[in-house]
Amino acid sequence: MTSAADIANMVLGGLSAGTVLFIVSVGLSVTMGLMGFVNLAHGSFAMFGGYVIVLAMNRAHVDLPAALALGFVATAALSVIFERSLYRRLYRAGELDQVLFTIGLIFIFIATTILVVGPEGQTLQLPAALNGQLNLGFVQYRTYSVFLIAVGAVIVLGIWLVFERTRIGAQIRATVDNRRMAESLGINVDRLFTITFAFGSGMAALGGGLGAEFLGLDPQYALKYLVYFLIVVSVGGLGSVLGVYLASLILGVLNFVLTFYLPKGGTIFIYALTILILLVRPQGLLGRKEP
Amino acid sequence: MTDAASPAGPARVCERSEDAGVHGLTRRHHLRWWEALPWLIAIAYYFAFPDYLSFGADLLVSILFALSLDLALGYAGIVTLGHAAFFGTGAYTVGMLAYYGVWNEPITSLALGALAAAAVGLLSGIVLLRTAGLTLLMLTLCTMALLEQAANMAHAVTGGFDGLPSLTIGPVFGLFAFNPLYYDTQYLYSLGVLFLCFVFMRTLVYSPFGESLTGIRENVLRMHAVGAPVRRRLIVCYCISAALAGIAGGLWAQTNAYVNLSALGLDRAATVLIILILGGYGRLYGAFVGAAVYLALEHFLAQLYPTAWQLGLGLLLVAVALFARNGMLGLGDMLRRRLKLRQAKP
Repeated sequence: MTSAADIANMVLGGLSAGTVLFIVSVGLSVTMGLMGFVNLAHGSFAMFGGYVIVLAMNRAHVDLPAALALGFVATAALSVIFERSLYRRLYRAGELDQVLFTIGLIFIFIATTILVVGPEGQTLQLPAALNGQLNLGFVQYRTYSVFLIAVGAVIVLGIWLVFERTRIGAQIRATVDNRRMAESLGINVDRLFTITFAFGSGMAALGGGLGAEFLGLDPQYALKYLVYFLIVVSVGGLGSVLGVYLASLILGVLNFVLTFYLPKGGTIFIYALTILILLVRPQGLLGRKEP
Repeated sequence: MTDAASPAGPARVCERSEDAGVHGLTRRHHLRWWEALPWLIAIAYYFAFPDYLSFGADLLVSILFALSLDLALGYAGIVTLGHAAFFGTGAYTVGMLAYYGVWNEPITSLALGALAAAAVGLLSGIVLLRTAGLTLLMLTLCTMALLEQAANMAHAVTGGFDGLPSLTIGPVFGLFAFNPLYYDTQYLYSLGVLFLCFVFMRTLVYSPFGESLTGIRENVLRMHAVGAPVRRRLIVCYCISAALAGIAGGLWAQTNAYVNLSALGLDRAATVLIILILGGYGRLYGAFVGAAVYLALEHFLAQLYPTAWQLGLGLLLVAVALFARNGMLGLGDMLRRRLKLRQAKP
């Protein structure tokens, strides 16, 4: 019999894991929707940011909010350098060259991390305020997980407001729908892309840092979770923020439920479900149909 | 003198290249002298490096696997990240038949492996080849992950993570036994299988079928417009490519005398993609050059300096993607063309 605590663990644990997945992947979804660029190296930016955040906290003893801000800015800056100097040369190239290029970047990130920091995993020391249990009325649960879920909800709301209510959001939506048309209307797609790329990488950095506590953080991070990032992006629908949020939460909860009932090889259902969804809706759950 | 020659110069070059265009089309499939080189090198290798035959057999398997991917990806333009699914299917078919003592005659085992892989290719092709781009990439990736997880879960039959060790493979033609310590039979056997598969593939890509695949890769809409059965062609191509990958996988299981989950993993799929693109895709010999360079570098560098190897490989991939889109053979082509232009100028 499944107890209330187990159910809470599955739902809340799954939601918090899904939230981290969303924070990492949302940028990937928007940039892929904008440019159609297959950026497999997105997880590398999450890893880079995660390292900045964790090392700032563990070695320089910066507190969590400041470390998160530092990680966001550093990763966004790094991603702009990469985007302006390397990525932009491949926008018109085929998927294959983009895949090859970004796999190369992953290897470079992994090797550099091993050389600079070392091959061992890093652990995030949570501040005392987030480390305890929180009484939610019906159940007790880890404060940090509840905190993550709340942060994720705020982020989704913020991004949604930017998308729906601001000029730049309208430009992004227009470009995702039809890039040529947007360009001919005078939208500077190049600049738009640089901005979203930087913002998306910064978000990935936050996800890398916030998720380090239970996803771990080691040099293989860039490759280990790549398949999950790609699954939520393609299942959610390219360029759809709510779609990615939905897909991330489903994947997170499903993963916890499957681990609980089928500790061995439950992930097979995640792949099967992904295949099924993509066959029925190739554009993803909330993605727009290709014209 | 130069003034008089210059108007005639470019015209003559044009004429010649047009000429070459027509001849290029009608004689493309003719054998050229240098096409014997890989095979001569392979035979010379057998006599020159008798102590490195296990590496050689590995190399031959990798070439065959990369060739199979080339048919789907290079010729038909099916961008897949999950080609190891077929390699693994072939490997597990051959491995399980041998491990449980059902069947261990090597050549027919390979044929069975090819059949099994072709069946998986046909089924997944029918379902997946409706899609394109990122969706197709994800679907091929997930299909492979699905098979890997299935093989992991069915550990009672497949040995799970540890795989099936010490397979007994029957002698080739009933005469030449596999010796686990000395790889001469394995090497020559692999070379023979690779040669047959290569001849088959060379014939295929220069056939009207192969030309129509190139057409689909270059312009799908136009192929639809001229009435080519695009989807059926793609499915058949995917199926053949899967069968060849299955043969490569079976060969891998036979020469190493074991099967494990590494046959089905993302690592293998990514490696074969890198090998093919490094060498040059959409051409027959890219797989040869890519596999030789990649495996040689990996063999000598990866064990000594694993991190430096990864860094170097990363830099190499980025450089190839940015500057040498058609791989090393493409780079060679470009240099040759430049040299010709320079010769034609004065």
